[in-house]
Amino acid sequence: MKKTLSLLMALLLVVVSLMCFASCGSDDADKGDKTTDGEFKVGVIHIGDPADGSGYSYTHDLGIVEMQKALGLSDSQIVRKLNIADDNATQIRQAMEDCIAEGCKIIFATSYGYMDTCEKLAEEHPDVIFSHGTGFKSNGKNFNNYFGRIYQARYLSGIAAGLKTKTNKIGYVAAYGTELAETCSGINAFALGVQSVNPDAEVYVKTLNSWYDPANETAYAEALIDMGCDVIAQHCDTANPQTAAEKANVFGCGYNSDMTKDAPKAHLTAPIWNWGVYYTAATKAAMDGKWEEFAATNYYGSLADGLVDVSPISENCAENTAEYIKLVKDLFAEGTWDVFSGVKLSFKDGAIVKTDAELKDNAGNVIRKAGEGSVEDSVITGTMNYFVEGVSLK
Amino acid sequence: MDAIIAFLFEAIRYGTPLLYGTVGEIVTEKAGSLNLGVEGLMALGAIGGFWVGAVTDSIILGILAAFLSAALGGFVYAVLTVTFQANQNVTGLTLTIFGVGLYEFIGATLSANKVFPEIKEGGHIEFMKSDSGIPLLEDIPYIGKLLFSHNILVYLGLILAVGLWFYMNKTKVGLKLRATGENYGAADACGVNVTLYRYFHIIFGAGISGVGGLYLGVIINNGKWNPGWINGYGWIAVALVIFAKWSTSRALYGSLLFGALTILNARKGNLKEAFPSVLGWVDKIPDEFYQMLPFVITLVVLVVSSITSKGKGDQPSCCGLNYYREDR
Repeated sequence: MKKTLSLLMALLLVVVSLMCFASCGSDDADKGDKTTDGEFKVGVIHIGDPADGSGYSYTHDLGIVEMQKALGLSDSQIVRKLNIADDNATQIRQAMEDCIAEGCKIIFATSYGYMDTCEKLAEEHPDVIFSHGTGFKSNGKNFNNYFGRIYQARYLSGIAAGLKTKTNKIGYVAAYGTELAETCSGINAFALGVQSVNPDAEVYVKTLNSWYDPANETAYAEALIDMGCDVIAQHCDTANPQTAAEKANVFGCGYNSDMTKDAPKAHLTAPIWNWGVYYTAATKAAMDGKWEEFAATNYYGSLADGLVDVSPISENCAENTAEYIKLVKDLFAEGTWDVFSGVKLSFKDGAIVKTDAELKDNAGNVIRKAGEGSVEDSVITGTMNYFVEGVSLK
Repeated sequence: MDAIIAFLFEAIRYGTPLLYGTVGEIVTEKAGSLNLGVEGLMALGAIGGFWVGAVTDSIILGILAAFLSAALGGFVYAVLTVTFQANQNVTGLTLTIFGVGLYEFIGATLSANKVFPEIKEGGHIEFMKSDSGIPLLEDIPYIGKLLFSHNILVYLGLILAVGLWFYMNKTKVGLKLRATGENYGAADACGVNVTLYRYFHIIFGAGISGVGGLYLGVIINNGKWNPGWINGYGWIAVALVIFAKWSTSRALYGSLLFGALTILNARKGNLKEAFPSVLGWVDKIPDEFYQMLPFVITLVVLVVSSITSKGKGDQPSCCGLNYYREDR
């Protein structure tokens, strides 16, 4: 018995070590391949694993794949680093230095927490471009920042919600409320979208204090439905608010990806990201040596650029939804109007009516007088801390 | 009134997965094994149970699979701590990492390949998911909604908790089980097979926790994959064991209370809206306060019970210790 066991163990050891050697060998071969000159390499730092099939890293990686196809890069030209915790500076630095050692000329850092490491490494490696998503720092040279006007897409999803609601109460499960400009501007844009088609509707917000809390995402949606909300919008990571809406026979607007697949009977349309638009433009600029002009200002892509959009209008949507959303999309494309300008939209006989109207917060203070012009981008991304009229925190 | 009923209804719904986790852990600890891997066991039960349940569309097979997948985790723990005398705390923590990791690996792989099982429309698992209730009784005003319109896992949990209380306190085997946890040397001297008792109750307790994982997956997350079905519920269950003072009957109202605290943040606006004059203050308190309440209450109970207790109703004396027969 003992003899067979030890024989088996020895065999196992041999097999394992053989496998090790084999993989080392292929690694070395890869490395040799990767340091060949002339090949432009792109590094990507992911906080998770895109293989999960939905969610944050997945949507970013879709963009990388799109860029790869658009620019005709081979697989060996993309270096991915997965599961890099964004609060672990040592790990982030290690991952980025690996990318540089493998010959990457541009590194996309997809998570907020990578920002400071990018800043430091950008100084140490002036010949490598560091492009950081969702943050706010940059150095005007080889370190820039990219983000998008997702609030524009939220305005459009607000139109779908406003047309659908019967009770004139719309629930919104948000990660955070007024304490974070990203969620705050999203909620406000959504509410303004709702009001463009349904001035009587109110938006009820409940905040999770977390980007990711699946059980509570369900509980919050259920609580909002019990308050009489018949459309549930969300700014959090899982599809749970949508599935809760479906279970209660009400409707909803997801986020991040088209959640119609998760809640086919409930989902209307979701604000989504097309990161490929940015990744393609940025990589192309870097390859063509035009990075300096490209990165002269921080990238803040819009609906007109195609960086943000809404997912296909589902069958659950009310009449006119697709038509109205199309009209506003055209307006965004013209570039003459934006969500937080002092101009309010409404619809009459299949056409948009613009009226100058003041923008008030939900305590009645005037934020923007009628016709005074748009709220600044820096406010939308950084300091917005009020809910507009018609929004209440529950 | 409706808001209160809805609040209590949800407290039961969100308390039930905690009840499973807690009852399972109490059974384990009563035999003297401190298994901190409840989170991992629930994750194993969730993915195993959901996979089998959704594919076969059978409630019984789903529950059985949840029980068995978590029991398998319990078996690993039992082999390591009972047979190989490994440190219980370390093994339990490892089990958490292993269980959650395996759950994420299986779920993410299935999901990435677009083969994550879907709940069959109109099938049995969907019936389990719906708060279907007991016919006739659920039509009673207020009480019907509160007590008789839950999904079947709620009632199964109730039966388990009461049944196990009876088993542990009123049967001879239960007496031997408690003896094993209180003083394994004495139990061994009386002819109790300590190893067997520990093995059985670790595995059985783990299985019960696993059903709690299935509950989280199917009822709370509606059977749609995300990597956080369990997301800390297992740890709250460990705290709840202390709160319940190692009694499954106390775990019943403990889980109800913790369930209520869990959903308080979500429901405070509803309560305020229903009773603006009485409960107008509930949303003045920061969310973080509500979030820490379960743990603060556990601490208070721990402190109070350690001051007032006279040895009864507390942690089994041999809990966390491995039994070396030769050391006796």
